Amino acid sequence: MQPIVQVEDVHKSFDKTPILKGVSFKIEEGDLVSLIGPSGCGKSTLLRCLNGLEVLDSGRVEICGVAMERKPSTPAGPLADVAHKLRRNVGMVFQSFNLLPHKTLIQNVMLAPRVVKGTARDEAAGLAEKLLKKVGLGEQVDRYPLNLSGGQQQRGAIARALAMAPKVMLYDEPTSALDPIVVDEVLDVMKELDREGMTQIVVTHEMRFARDASDYIVFMDKGEIIEISDEDEIFQNPRDPRTRQFLHRFL
Amino acid sequence: MTRLALIVVLLIWSVATAFAQPAQTTPAGALPQLRYGGALSSGAPYTFRDPGDPNKIIGFEVDIMNTLAERLGYRPVFVNNDWASLIPGLDTGLYDLVINGLEITSAHQAAADFSIPYYITFGQIVIRRGDPPLDNLAALKGKRVGTLQASQMEYVLRAAGNIDVRVYDEEIDVYSDLKLGRNDASVMDFPIAVYYAKPDRALEFTGDPIGRIEYGIALKKGAHPDLLANINSALSTMLADGTMHRILDRWALWTQMMAQATGDARSMLAQPIDYDRFVEATEPTTWRGQLERYMRFLPQLGWAAVATVQISVLSMVLAVAFGVVLALCRVYGGVVLDRIAQVYIEAIRGTPLLIQLLFIYYGLPKIGLQLDPYVAGVLALGLNYAAYEAENYRAGLLAIPRHQMEAAIALNMTERQSLRYVVIPQAARIVVPPTTNDFISLLKDSSLVSVISLVELTKTYELLSTTYYDYFGTGLLVGAIYLLLGLPFVRLARWAERHLSRGMTRASS
Repeated sequence: MQPIVQVEDVHKSFDKTPILKGVSFKIEEGDLVSLIGPSGCGKSTLLRCLNGLEVLDSGRVEICGVAMERKPSTPAGPLADVAHKLRRNVGMVFQSFNLLPHKTLIQNVMLAPRVVKGTARDEAAGLAEKLLKKVGLGEQVDRYPLNLSGGQQQRGAIARALAMAPKVMLYDEPTSALDPIVVDEVLDVMKELDREGMTQIVVTHEMRFARDASDYIVFMDKGEIIEISDEDEIFQNPRDPRTRQFLHRFL
Repeated sequence: MTRLALIVVLLIWSVATAFAQPAQTTPAGALPQLRYGGALSSGAPYTFRDPGDPNKIIGFEVDIMNTLAERLGYRPVFVNNDWASLIPGLDTGLYDLVINGLEITSAHQAAADFSIPYYITFGQIVIRRGDPPLDNLAALKGKRVGTLQASQMEYVLRAAGNIDVRVYDEEIDVYSDLKLGRNDASVMDFPIAVYYAKPDRALEFTGDPIGRIEYGIALKKGAHPDLLANINSALSTMLADGTMHRILDRWALWTQMMAQATGDARSMLAQPIDYDRFVEATEPTTWRGQLERYMRFLPQLGWAAVATVQISVLSMVLAVAFGVVLALCRVYGGVVLDRIAQVYIEAIRGTPLLIQLLFIYYGLPKIGLQLDPYVAGVLALGLNYAAYEAENYRAGLLAIPRHQMEAAIALNMTERQSLRYVVIPQAARIVVPPTTNDFISLLKDSSLVSVISLVELTKTYELLSTTYYDYFGTGLLVGAIYLLLGLPFVRLARWAERHLSRGMTRASS
């Protein structure tokens, strides 16, 4: 079977500073992959390139058969349409949740299906309630984000992304802004999704989660993928000295 | 969005019905209209609101026009305009002719066609009662003398040299400053002196007649030679058969110069009933009489307030809508749209609203774009305020974290959808207070539309206070009305702010 995510030789620079220097990897359907590495290594940028939030300079990203491809020094314009098409299958969760503060939790979850897919109000509400219950927020549907804890907001953000029925979920440091005490409630939701067969890519500093939940781990440094390893192996026996040095603190 | 559209439609409808001319259900064979322009603010005895009944417009020029129109087979219709804009109003087709104390001077003749004089008069020196008399222009040298701006007398006084000439827009202000000792004398057209100085015990006439002033009827330059010829022949008849003499007698305005010009030496053909009525109606009264007078103002002020609110609300709707577009161009429009919006905003903010208003109404007809005064007023105010609104809204848009937009894009909304459902609703909350501020400001700036012939609250204040010589009580009354007008909108804004802020505070769930 063809991999659900294929990344080939992706380059990206900001103001002539190269951030991604030719990144390639593949992910099979249903895998949970952790993307780790020191700050500034390019892992968040890579994640944002996957759904077109950042426009790649060159290379190729294919998700669920939709491919964004750009040759070096060609215009970025044509990529916008493809990115929009590609995002149909890709959900994303951010470090800062980014729920809409002026809408209740359920309105937050209902908005995208209503606006983008034109789903009927009742249907969207039913779906939203089901998803919020699934992430453990069945009691909080009518509350505003500001009245929820960080963990609750992040679970709400996951429900919001799931409402668009994605096949791949991207997480950009989903627990970095959370109190340690509520980190697990978010990670548990992600583990639950993994059991259901969702393909998930997680940029994280949560090494315990990376080790416990991931199918494998991608380690990046200075814009390059250094090592792709089995989750146990990388922690017990990192191959590359840079990986060893980074993981040293967590071992 | 449909609800907003409905509101706009209702607003436009209400304005259209309020300002449409009463349906012209003239029977077949009715006389054609002859629209004559004048400034109600020019006061007595020219064309003014009857102090005894402010719903009626009277004046010796109204009487002349009625007779003239009857003899020419027209139905006269009065159109009010600002005095300084009377001749430009001819060019925009606001009316067919102007009769409002316009002097036949070479400067005026360059701008419009003039009839033969319908009235010949002079400048009257007025001083405080008891001051040493002043015989003529020479005696005014070294003195501070008040007169009306852009009048023939201003020109005469300045040409005399060594006179400290102070110019005013309103005749009663000239006499007011004379009584307060700010000026030493005033020289204005004899009719003004008869109506505003003669009944005043604190003032007296002095000296010889100054200069010779001829009032003529003005028509658009070169546009109506036949009408002009008809007017001239009708005026000649009125001057010859004593009709004009009788009208002027009723208003106590017959002059020696008229006698010479018409060869009519008879002393008095009619009692000065209109003059007496004016003096009686404007005499200082008891506080009870004063209160009754204010009560009579109320209907007129009420309609003026409606005009002010309608102009302001429509302008604000335009300003908000266009302001949003400009702000979106600036923040999300890319280089070209951003630059265009920026140039527009700077150009509008950098030039006075008054000039924009005059330009749109009197300037644009030059390039074939002739607008109704109401449309021009709303357009000028709306386009002007849009520039300020745009900057408010830009600040609002920039205050929304970039992450909010990204989250919406990641949910596969288009940029348009993200703006509409995510960014703009949040920015709206932020911009409610400054927008309210601007609306209150617009409510007051709407008074500027009086320069393009619209009558609203401030203009009505001017008319009433100059008619009754009472800036004080009328001022308090009009001030109170402005304050009351603003209040509902302040309340509305508070409600909107609360409504939009749901979820923005931790306590509000």
